[in-house]
Amino acid sequence: MTVINPPIPSDQGPSDLATGLQGSGGHADKAFRGTAYAAGGLVLVVLGLITYTMVNRSTDAWSHMGLDFFTSRTWNPPERVYGILSYIFGTVYTACIALCLSVPLSLGIALFITQVAPRVVKRTMTYVIDLLAVVPSVVFGLWGVLVLAPNIKGFYKWLSTTFDGWPVLGSIFGPNWQGRSFFTAGIILAVMITPIIVSLSREVIETTPQIEKEAALALGATRWEMIRGAVLPHSKGGIVGAVMLGLGRAMGETIAVALVIGSATGQIGFNVLASGNSMPAVITAEWGEADGLKKSALIAMAVTLFAMTIFVNVVATAVVNRSMKKSRGA
Amino acid sequence: MSAATDTVGIEQLAVDLRTKRTWRSTKSQIMVGLMLLSFVIILIPLVAVIGTVVSKGAGIVFRDFPAWFTKSIPVRTRAAGPGMGPAIIGTLLITGLASALAIPLGILGAVYLHEYGRQSRPARIVRFLANVMTGVPSIVMGLFVYVIFTLRFGLSGLGGALALACLMLPVVIRSTEEMLRLVPEHLREASYALGTRKARTIVSVVLPTALPGVVSGCLLAVARAAGETAPLLFTIGLVTKTNTNVFSGPNTSLSAQIFRNAGEVLPAPQERGWGAAFTLVAITFLFTIFARVVTSAYQKRR
Repeated sequence: MTVINPPIPSDQGPSDLATGLQGSGGHADKAFRGTAYAAGGLVLVVLGLITYTMVNRSTDAWSHMGLDFFTSRTWNPPERVYGILSYIFGTVYTACIALCLSVPLSLGIALFITQVAPRVVKRTMTYVIDLLAVVPSVVFGLWGVLVLAPNIKGFYKWLSTTFDGWPVLGSIFGPNWQGRSFFTAGIILAVMITPIIVSLSREVIETTPQIEKEAALALGATRWEMIRGAVLPHSKGGIVGAVMLGLGRAMGETIAVALVIGSATGQIGFNVLASGNSMPAVITAEWGEADGLKKSALIAMAVTLFAMTIFVNVVATAVVNRSMKKSRGA
Repeated sequence: MSAATDTVGIEQLAVDLRTKRTWRSTKSQIMVGLMLLSFVIILIPLVAVIGTVVSKGAGIVFRDFPAWFTKSIPVRTRAAGPGMGPAIIGTLLITGLASALAIPLGILGAVYLHEYGRQSRPARIVRFLANVMTGVPSIVMGLFVYVIFTLRFGLSGLGGALALACLMLPVVIRSTEEMLRLVPEHLREASYALGTRKARTIVSVVLPTALPGVVSGCLLAVARAAGETAPLLFTIGLVTKTNTNVFSGPNTSLSAQIFRNAGEVLPAPQERGWGAAFTLVAITFLFTIFARVVTSAYQKRR
């Protein structure tokens, strides 16, 4: 947006000049250009088609349930009652648990990689974090359901009994603890979104001008004071955006959550140790035996999920773009 | 004031500042320690997951060596015995087809964004939407392809490949555009100065220069796609026999097999799940390592 390469207005660059000079071969040039434009437009087409076809397919469920679709927590397919409130809650709640666990860790890692680690260590750590991003989510799910869920029960029991009767913590770590629960799903999600938040916030943090950091150090700031005074204020917006992108990813994650969340219907409560369910997990689990109206309801649920993640992503992308622009302009 | 400083001596002052342990310097060290700790904490699940997959999976894959890769999957899930051949072939075929669809289109899309559209309004909209599209949940992509493709043409590997391609497309566009941005402007100008057309310049100057970076970005996208499960569940179905025809008939994939076996209580299917997980992780890591090698070769050359 801001003037990046002022000498040549990029649209009528030297290329158009070249086209004017030569006589033959213009068709190939135009064909290539057309293909490239079409490929760019494909993004628009796909997003448009997703919106149109999915909304179209889910109209049965919308008209059957009306607003109750969102406000009822009763999901009873045999009675043709489809209320997804508890699943919306489960989706948002697990994503929030994941953020609570992941954000401090991700920030710590991103700051360590960019501000503290020497070059060789920095590269190794980046590799390791990227490795985490490549492990397929179904493998996390497999590990979560066969290893984590059975072994973490003891810890949940301890949490539940220790905080029993405490004002807030008592209801967060409530009774009825289960191995497959909101919290287990939150842990798995946290592991999965950490590499995303780390790599994005690293990019933003690295745009902090060297001169500001040096100025802070020259004034006698310690390393932490330099980070608080120069790095964090500079990259605040971008980090918020990175965290929101992580949130979007956590809400849309399907397979790992489906395996460890416990598939309990109608669960709305702040007890993180209880079983629950999330929208993508329900779609995965119930698609197989779904008939016409139920399929429509499940697609309507996917539309809701799509709308929520798109909203989060649009805001996040806008926040990141703005902060990047500000830091580049400065 | 200045006289006092002189008598103390500026060097001594500096030494004092460095050696004296104040609360401020201790606090700084504590914070750095916490940062390092957060890295150690995230290592725990990584090591635990990969360790379990290797320790439980490798034995099963290599116990009766060629059988795991060649035999069909037992029809009854409870039955013991090896065989993941159809899933391995299915994963490779479906991911391969998805790459064949998404990579050329993604690169062309990036070419549009960086070489043609630049900062024009449509290009900025497409760039923004590509960013947004990376966040579309994979399960939504799966249902989308189910609605527009599977309902009409039935379950097939192609449906899965379409869903994966939709997921890969924005990733390829973004990483390729980053790489095109690194190609120095003067290379393009030099090419134009020789009278080369824009398309020719892009194909024979810009893209070859950016190639290693583009390749590594694409390989990462492929590795990510190979591990996807949710979009495949609705589009490819589930079979136990090898189906080499991606274009028709239901198929299967490693990720779908892991998901299917993860919910089982008996040891036999669980073992198969770990074996499939080991195979899948090995495939994705191979792609990632290959991408790393390509990138570092590129960086060395520059």
